[in-house]
Amino acid sequence: MEIVSSIKPVSAIAVSLVAALLILLTGERSRNLREAWTILAAVLKFGIVVSMVPSILDNKILEYTLVSISPGLLIQFKVDALGLFFGITASFLWIITSFYSIGYMRSLKEHAQTRFFMCFAVALSATMGVAFSANMFTTFLFYEIITICTFPLVAHKETPEAIKGARRYITYLLGTSVAFQLVAVILTYNIAGTLDFSNQGILNEAAEKVGNTFVTVIFVLYMAGIAKAAMMPFHSWLPAAMVAPTPVSALLHAVAVVKTGVFVVVKVVLHIFGINLLRELGLGTALAYFASFTIVVASIVALKQDNLKRRLAYSTISQLSYVILGVALLTASSITGSVMHIVLHAFGKITLFFTAGAIYVAAHKTNISELDGIGKEMPFTMTAFTLGALSMIGIPPLGGFLSKWYIGTGAIEAGQLPIVLVLITSTILNACYFLPIVYAAFFKAPSGIHHAASHAPAEPFTVKSGTHENLDILAVPLMVSSSGTPSLCAESHNKNPRANSGTLSAPQAAKDENGGIHEAPPLMLGPLMLTATAALVLFFYPSVFLNLARLVVAGVTGGN
Amino acid sequence: MNIAEHAPILIIVLPLIVSLLNTAVGLWKRDLCYPIAVATLGVVVLLSFNIMGSVIDAGKIHYRLGGWAPPWGIEYVIDHLNAFIAIIVSFISFIVAIYSKRSIEQELTKSKIPYFYSIYLLLTTGLLGITVTGDVFNIYVFLEITSLAAYALIAIGDDRAAMASFNYVIMGTIGACFYLLGVGYLYIMTGTLNMADLSRLLPGLYNSTVILAAFAFFVVGIAIKIAFFPLHRWLPDAYTHAPSTVSALVASTMTKVGAYVMIRIMFTVFEPRFSTEILPMSEILGWAAFAAIIAGSVIALGQTDIKRMISYILVAEVGYIVMGVSIGNRTAFTGAVLHILNDAFMMACLFLVIGAVVYRTGTRNINDFNGLELNKKMPLTMAAFTAVALSMIGVPPTAGFFSKWYLVLGAVVAQKWIFAAALIFSSLVNAILFFRILEKIYFRAAAEHSYDDGHETIVRNEAPVSMLVPIYVMAAGILVLGFYSGDIISKVIQFTVPEGF
Repeated sequence: MEIVSSIKPVSAIAVSLVAALLILLTGERSRNLREAWTILAAVLKFGIVVSMVPSILDNKILEYTLVSISPGLLIQFKVDALGLFFGITASFLWIITSFYSIGYMRSLKEHAQTRFFMCFAVALSATMGVAFSANMFTTFLFYEIITICTFPLVAHKETPEAIKGARRYITYLLGTSVAFQLVAVILTYNIAGTLDFSNQGILNEAAEKVGNTFVTVIFVLYMAGIAKAAMMPFHSWLPAAMVAPTPVSALLHAVAVVKTGVFVVVKVVLHIFGINLLRELGLGTALAYFASFTIVVASIVALKQDNLKRRLAYSTISQLSYVILGVALLTASSITGSVMHIVLHAFGKITLFFTAGAIYVAAHKTNISELDGIGKEMPFTMTAFTLGALSMIGIPPLGGFLSKWYIGTGAIEAGQLPIVLVLITSTILNACYFLPIVYAAFFKAPSGIHHAASHAPAEPFTVKSGTHENLDILAVPLMVSSSGTPSLCAESHNKNPRANSGTLSAPQAAKDENGGIHEAPPLMLGPLMLTATAALVLFFYPSVFLNLARLVVAGVTGGN
Repeated sequence: MNIAEHAPILIIVLPLIVSLLNTAVGLWKRDLCYPIAVATLGVVVLLSFNIMGSVIDAGKIHYRLGGWAPPWGIEYVIDHLNAFIAIIVSFISFIVAIYSKRSIEQELTKSKIPYFYSIYLLLTTGLLGITVTGDVFNIYVFLEITSLAAYALIAIGDDRAAMASFNYVIMGTIGACFYLLGVGYLYIMTGTLNMADLSRLLPGLYNSTVILAAFAFFVVGIAIKIAFFPLHRWLPDAYTHAPSTVSALVASTMTKVGAYVMIRIMFTVFEPRFSTEILPMSEILGWAAFAAIIAGSVIALGQTDIKRMISYILVAEVGYIVMGVSIGNRTAFTGAVLHILNDAFMMACLFLVIGAVVYRTGTRNINDFNGLELNKKMPLTMAAFTAVALSMIGVPPTAGFFSKWYLVLGAVVAQKWIFAAALIFSSLVNAILFFRILEKIYFRAAAEHSYDDGHETIVRNEAPVSMLVPIYVMAAGILVLGFYSGDIISKVIQFTVPEGF
């Protein structure tokens, strides 16, 4: 292991911070310029992160110390395979999400877009900070920044419901991190004298000094303190956070924020405690069963959610615990599976959220019960949804299968057969809550409300057409390129999805008469097709990620 | 004559003389008072930094007033701790003075402005005097100068300020009397008032009842002065009804200087072991601090007047400092001294921001913030408020996080779990307090929420530059000091830790 000093991790963090500043300064004066900053930062960030891959695959570690508070207390970055793995996932998906958010925000004419894009950029900075941090202190610092800067994103709509959701969000995330995680970090620092991540863990010696009970308490504090991982009973902030605009749910609450949570769990398990210590104390197994509980229960709860995003949220809660489960089993295969699941779940789940947002923008539907027959209107979107759902369930040839396979193998290696049962149960439950949506979308007839509405005069729609001039620029290319399809004119991207259902039914009626395709704007459609394809491709070409995952495992298990 | 050599006396004499001159100048040209006061304080800041420089380079400074040798003459003794506090006091007085102009013009009749600046300078004089002197009686003199100035400044606030100030006079006088009694007892027993002398003579007398009583008088007297729970009752009223500028100044400096006196008496005049072995004072103060933190935080939850809320938070913050001092190990003490700095910045910034809000909108009721659209009217001020709110909660990398880190770590090292829990609890309560306000500032009320008429023009009505710049100096301090806390600790604070910790 060669340690190389490099500014790259810091620049990967700084690039979107600078972008955030530029976004704020540009503001509403020039929306295109403002969005250009986001795109530019996203591309640059991904470029910087990817440029670190060769060094890491060469068994090097990139390091940079930003501030030294006192000996043993540093704000320091160290890029290793695991961090890079997470960094690539998050920064790549940010590019896609950026395009998607622009389409989404403009189609819905959302307010406070500057704040939205600014907070988004800061959140991604902080996510990179967590990914690349060299010690628990730095991790905690960025963990908190993520919480703070995503708070305005959750409350974005500023409705009483949104504010309520945001309150729960901040209470859970900030509350647990201050009450438990900070205490755990301080206790760790006190007994170990350091917070640097190490492949062997840093508590081995201290454990002999202070006794096992004490170490167990610290472990519990860590697990309770990392509420971003949404392990039960600290999970209910995630469904509450679904009041946020869909791009936020997609990138932050399926990838950046929640993956930060599980990433920190993985870090704590592997690099603070270390495999050996946890095996010795039997804490790995305990954690595995806790995670299993969350997997099964969250899946069951997901079954009865009618709101699409809430169902996805519960699915996320369940899937996050796969990552925890994998790492908690402490075997080579299961850790590989766990790490792989970070990326594979990310691609699958972001696809699902993208489709949920697309449905909302194009058809203004949020509930699963309203989705009957929507596959005919939005075939591309729903195809992507199907792929994402299959990946979630873990059916080959989709990415989700790989990680489940590894975790399952790991469970057998660890001799934990009940865990295999949990995996099977969960797979069945996943199928139960995803497949009916696919079925309803493609094979059920649209429900009857449209017929009644078709007699309604189209006035609300024509009145609204006054706002057509400033119709989302993003829909224009679509309309031009396929002007033969009358439905695309009819869609006109419901100007005001918050208008009451009476005004909404009219465009829907118009659309029905044209009986054609009614998709989301291309800037939303593109990203979701891309991520869906990625979920497929990752099954066949997982090599970059798999190599990184193997490096992680080789590091913590001592090369075997 | 080298001016820098006389810096210790100059930082006292300069504001004192200017304070008197200012009244005279005010009779002639009223508008000159403000620039003169600001300029004076600017010089004092430079001198304080100069003093700190010499202390870091050459160690403790002894300055004999008029060349009289102690114990007969008054001696100013400045080590790292004094210099540190002196910088905080002078810097904050300077920044708040810059800010004061517009706010005071609004709150005060014009003819009184010269007097305001006179008293303001007098207050600074007193605070700096307490800080630099090495003589326990001299501390009393300056304590009284400070307090009298503070009574006057607070009394010029709103309608209820006079009553609040009167309460403060009563309590403050009792506190001062207790302190004076302590000084008297020590003098009877030792015949000296010089701290260095006292610390040499006292260990032989530790078991004398008179000395024990003196120590108790000291602690209680100071506890009243720093509004240490349960002797805090005067503070919320006084600081709530005082003019904005005055609240900012007194909240950020007076309690800190009081804490400094406590540290001096406990660890310089007496030996650290006195308050652990002979009297269980550390233990008592620790638990009282625990109560202060819990009570201050909880009572703050019930307030709707934002100044009163912050006053109660201040009561809790005083608890932080005393707790750090009482735990009695290096880490906790470092945290306490660091918190003196951070809390001074945070309190000043909070009260300055509120002053700006009051200046523009006239309200300090938290519930009114909902409809004010403050985030659009005063975006810059509110950004600063957000920074300081995060620091109060202790979100890294703001300054507040670092002092809290050391305090909690210190409690953990000492295995005082309950103290650590109290600190964490207070952070959580602060999170509730400040997010409640941030929510009201940044998110529109549900009732008037509508997307269609979201285009009504909100007139941007930012605080004047003379207020904004000081606010931003403080906010920048809060954001930057955290990163430098390592340097501050290694260059200054580690030398302030009493021997035996």
